[in-house]
Amino acid sequence: MTAALSRQQPAAADGREAVRCERVTVRFTTERGTVTALENIDLAIPAGAFLTLLGPSGCGKSTLLRVMADLIDPTGGTISVMGDVPAKARLNREIGFVFQDAALLPWRNVLDNVTLPLEVGGGKALPGARSAQELLSLVGLAGWETAYPHELSGGMRQRVAIARALISGPRLLLMDEPFGALDEITRDRLNEELLEVWQSTGTTIVFVTHSIYEAAFLGQKVLLLAARPGRVRELVPVTLPTPRRLAMRETPEFVALAGHLRRVLESC
Amino acid sequence: MANQAEPMTMAGAFVEDAEAQARFLGRKRYLAWRRRLLPVIAVVLFLLAWWQAVEQFDIKPFIAPSPVAVAHVLIDRFDVLMANLLPTAIEAVLGFLLGNFAAISLATAFVWRKTMEEALFPIAVMVNTIPVVAKAPILVLLLGNGMEPKIAIAAIICFFPTLVNMTRGLRDVRPEQLELMRILSATPREVFLRIRVPNALPYLFSALKIAASTAVIGAIVGEWIGSTKGIGALIIQSTYNFDSPLLYATIVVGSTFSALFFGVVTFAEGRMLRWNVTHNA
Repeated sequence: MTAALSRQQPAAADGREAVRCERVTVRFTTERGTVTALENIDLAIPAGAFLTLLGPSGCGKSTLLRVMADLIDPTGGTISVMGDVPAKARLNREIGFVFQDAALLPWRNVLDNVTLPLEVGGGKALPGARSAQELLSLVGLAGWETAYPHELSGGMRQRVAIARALISGPRLLLMDEPFGALDEITRDRLNEELLEVWQSTGTTIVFVTHSIYEAAFLGQKVLLLAARPGRVRELVPVTLPTPRRLAMRETPEFVALAGHLRRVLESC
Repeated sequence: MANQAEPMTMAGAFVEDAEAQARFLGRKRYLAWRRRLLPVIAVVLFLLAWWQAVEQFDIKPFIAPSPVAVAHVLIDRFDVLMANLLPTAIEAVLGFLLGNFAAISLATAFVWRKTMEEALFPIAVMVNTIPVVAKAPILVLLLGNGMEPKIAIAAIICFFPTLVNMTRGLRDVRPEQLELMRILSATPREVFLRIRVPNALPYLFSALKIAASTAVIGAIVGEWIGSTKGIGALIIQSTYNFDSPLLYATIVVGSTFSALFFGVVTFAEGRMLRWNVTHNA
């Protein structure tokens, strides 16, 4: 961690930029050799943006998300989060993370899971902290405070995870295939609701998915990654109007966009 | 996300059918009673068969007593049996507490520093391979003839299963939970208390349930060597006196205590692990 803090700060540390990656490279070394998970990723995410990361499995989208969250140190290149090194953003509790399988603590009820971030971190004050009750209403779980995770459906668990990620008032919300394990109807509904959360909180969201439709429906821009080694293939702007409605997925515009994403993915 | 959550119960999916409901509940009650009554019937039949066998084949009391004779001893010499149960119970419970406390502490040290585990775990394995009957005389020589060696044996016998289970429980934490704690900049102490300890509780209780019965066995085996009171001493005495009804009655008392101890631990588990799905199921 000390090493990460003392790492050279990127030159263009603009406060209005949520994330900036410059030639970020990540390599993992195992017995079977060295794998390049990410190679020379250049990326700038403006504050308040909604970016989706799309790519085939093994393209390093989760790795990129974990570099932003200071869970993985890049092997090369520089990255800044909120104008500073990721470790600083993490220590300032500016990062929220939603995992693919919710990662709730089974021994805590809904309310205690949501308030976990307020209890840890060495007793540091959280000026941006939000009320758990408000967040539970926001994610549609008011009245479920005392339920345990095993009593909830998969969709409800992800709602709890989202409320937990938002409680410290993060400026950057990282989501790693959060709805990947849900049925399509639940996923659609959560997609719409996530956009409402994004609009009401103003948080920057980086959202990893392997669903073309999800990537196109949610993102202002879709970052397409190619695999082996993971690298930027194309940054596709989404021109659909906001607020987005599920019915928009049937418009010719959306179908054309999805078709384009599919063709690029197939050539990856 | 202002929309309503998916309902947990399938309200609306149910229709009223009083007759079917009554049939369903009746069947459930029948199954519950069957589960309770069948073991009782089996035990009664076994006792009857035992009693008849002793009567019909004229088996001598010093070879095997009839259940009636055992019941008589249980009632007539209840005070003697209880006076001997008390020291055994104290030894077993103290050994249980001591052994598990030591095991939990060492498991914590193992998880704190892997070096500790690499250095000390082989010793724990070696001690565990010594049979109880061999440990008992060593400890009597070391600790004298009082309650101490019995407590020590009970503690040692509890120690190993708890050490292995607790270490595993503290260590087998889901990686996402650790990633979450890192994103929250949690201190190692917070990770330990909020993730590792609760995660280890189901593992710990599995070990405690084993330890509850083995602690009693440890105390009894300890009493076999140079002891004048306790369940173990009574077993030895009644065997040498060919007093088989007393021997059997002593075993009944010891086993009943073991079962009660196990029941207490199981009850505590149920209270503390309400969140545990596998336990509820």
